[in-house]
Amino acid sequence: MVRLVTYRRALPFLPVLTLLAMLGPVGAGLIGTFLPAFGHLPAAGLVGPSLDPFRDLFGWAGLPRAVMLSLSTGIVATAVSLLIVVLITAGWSGTRVFRVLERMLSPLLSVPHAAAAFGLAFLIAPSGWIARLLSPGITGWERPLDLLIVQDSWGLTMTAGLIVKEVPFLLLITLAALGQTDAKRSVTIAQALGYGRLTGWLKTVFPRVYAQIRPPIYVVLAYAMSVVDVAVILGPNTPPSLSVQIVKWMSDPDLAMRLQAAAGALLQLALVMGALGAWRLAELIVAAAGRRWIATGARGKLDVIVAQSALGFGAASALAILLGLVVLAIWSFAGYWGFPDAFPDELTLRNWMRHGPGTLAALGETALIAVTVASAALLLTIGCLEAEYRYRLRFGGGAVWLLYLPLLIPQTAFLPGLQTMLLNLGADVGRVPVMLAHLVFVLPYVFLSLADPFRAWDTRMGTIAAALGSSPDGVLWRVRLPMLLRPILTALAVGLAVSVGQYLPTLLIGGGRVATLTTEAVALASGGDRRAIGVYGLMQTGAALVPFALALLIPALVWRNRRGLRHG
Amino acid sequence: MDKGLTLRNVTISKGGKPLLAVDHHIAPGDVLTVMGPSGVGKSTLLAYIIGTLAPDFSAVGQVWLGGHEITHTPPHKRRVGILFQDDLLFPHLSVGANLGFGLLPGGTAVARLAKVEEALDEVGLGGFADRDPATLSGGQKARVALMRMLLSEPCALLLDEPFSRLDATLRAQVRELVFARARARALPVLMVTHDADDARAAGGAIVTLGG
Repeated sequence: MVRLVTYRRALPFLPVLTLLAMLGPVGAGLIGTFLPAFGHLPAAGLVGPSLDPFRDLFGWAGLPRAVMLSLSTGIVATAVSLLIVVLITAGWSGTRVFRVLERMLSPLLSVPHAAAAFGLAFLIAPSGWIARLLSPGITGWERPLDLLIVQDSWGLTMTAGLIVKEVPFLLLITLAALGQTDAKRSVTIAQALGYGRLTGWLKTVFPRVYAQIRPPIYVVLAYAMSVVDVAVILGPNTPPSLSVQIVKWMSDPDLAMRLQAAAGALLQLALVMGALGAWRLAELIVAAAGRRWIATGARGKLDVIVAQSALGFGAASALAILLGLVVLAIWSFAGYWGFPDAFPDELTLRNWMRHGPGTLAALGETALIAVTVASAALLLTIGCLEAEYRYRLRFGGGAVWLLYLPLLIPQTAFLPGLQTMLLNLGADVGRVPVMLAHLVFVLPYVFLSLADPFRAWDTRMGTIAAALGSSPDGVLWRVRLPMLLRPILTALAVGLAVSVGQYLPTLLIGGGRVATLTTEAVALASGGDRRAIGVYGLMQTGAALVPFALALLIPALVWRNRRGLRHG
Repeated sequence: MDKGLTLRNVTISKGGKPLLAVDHHIAPGDVLTVMGPSGVGKSTLLAYIIGTLAPDFSAVGQVWLGGHEITHTPPHKRRVGILFQDDLLFPHLSVGANLGFGLLPGGTAVARLAKVEEALDEVGLGGFADRDPATLSGGQKARVALMRMLLSEPCALLLDEPFSRLDATLRAQVRELVFARARARALPVLMVTHDADDARAAGGAIVTLGG
């Protein structure tokens, strides 16, 4: 009873608490970045303000190149993946091909970035699977070419790695936006007026869809510009992208290097903000060009070719992830595997025996953090949504941007500051701070995943239940939550997958002492032990994938005799 | 004036503009039919009586039920039952569990099950307790929804276009059943409809809102 009363008193404050959990660490981290960037770091005996950190930063010879890499990889990856997704949706939505793509989405999405990046590297490296399959028969290569494909100095492979992971994400949010637009009828009308399917979709549906998917596109841009794990695995080394260099400076035993890292973090923040502004400008230009294109009345002669090529690129990016997982699996069981051979000489359990205990320990740590964080995020989310329903709160359009804010601030801009601040406070780095840092990134995704189905619930069900004498809590626990079991478990799985995939928060806030599957896997990147990477990459993928499978399986089992909930 | 449902000078407005005004007493066993074109605020009146008025509406006036004012009572303590045009059976519960949800608390599990079975028998659905509500026909669902409401022993019954989703023959049957059960329990009934047949079958006073 006491518990119930406190819970009821806490409910109105949950939205505030949730915002605090999401934005508090971001704000604290930004302050913790700002001060040392201007030479203020009492822990190292330094008192600011001073511009030395920036002088050191701009004195670093690799800076122009690192900045260019951050801009080029981020903008190209976002633009290309958006282009692929928009053209596939325009050309194929409503067809059988499209439905196949939709079904592949969840598994593709749940593959962590690091595992996908390793898979891609194992595919396209000079000694990768593609070269092996073609050699020596077609290429005539007896030994791998001496060619820098993975970690190329232009960051092209890194861009490709980002594209293959962002395509399914952008496709998912485009699908969600499509559900809220009257797309089908618009395209039918356009086709009746003689427009091709793709051109008709672009001219009538795309503007509405884009308005809705704008925030997640900005998230992709901010993420792609500042990503660390993919950059460590696929990106160039000399110099690396700015974010990777910031992390290197942060892990330097010389505390003074943190000042330079903080200055770099502020630069990274400015770069992302500048790129977002430039993207907004580009939107206006594209919109103006689009209006002119619509006015020409062009019906779309190239529709078929464009749609086919978009599908080709989309299929290639999906295949890159799936084949990447296959080659990770082969390596994890590989005995001796000499170069031009398409397959290893023997398959063995030795690699799993050797790395099994290490992965199990890391899996335990990963699961402990992910389950705690995802459950907390789910509780806060349900509390917020229920408070919104019960107290009839209305959130304006601005509230959505608050949700996206922690995803728009580059991780490398505030996590170093958060770590520095924790050190200054004398707080120990470790598991609990890591969990709090994960919560910042898990909460928005869990909230965005659950909000629509929660709000779409027929509130007359609640009215009926209340008229039958059920209290507000009774309605929540006995009617609403059971009916929403499937979206709730999906949101939980999303939260678990996001937590499992986190690299930078675990590394920085954990002070290198919290070893999850992701940090262990990325740490293997420099060593190049493909068998170990295969084992860790597969375990990491499994940790993200299994919850999604359960989120499908459990409601199907629990509600196997309830037809009304099968598609709900 | 003690028994029954009384709406005393109820006026509902939206954005300062008055939407509807009702001042009426419904005696136990009587039916008041509220008619009018859609959009005139008929369902809004029902929302006010059960206590779920949306915040963009404002209302003055009192609601009295069985000699008590319930204008500010939380919805789940008002003891006002409601039926919508959709059956709104809880899809995650069996037919029997839906009825059990309505049944007032108290009594042993065996006694409760017996009451549920009895209610099903009363509307010719004996043996349906374990069925998935989604597998029932429209008429069967309507009957289960009615009995679920009655098992919660409401002191008044509100009907929000309750028969408009049923086809003609079923419609007359279910309508008969609802009014007969309400009369048998001496419930004051307020029905909102735009169907003249419904109003005629109800046989009580008719209030027309809007144009």
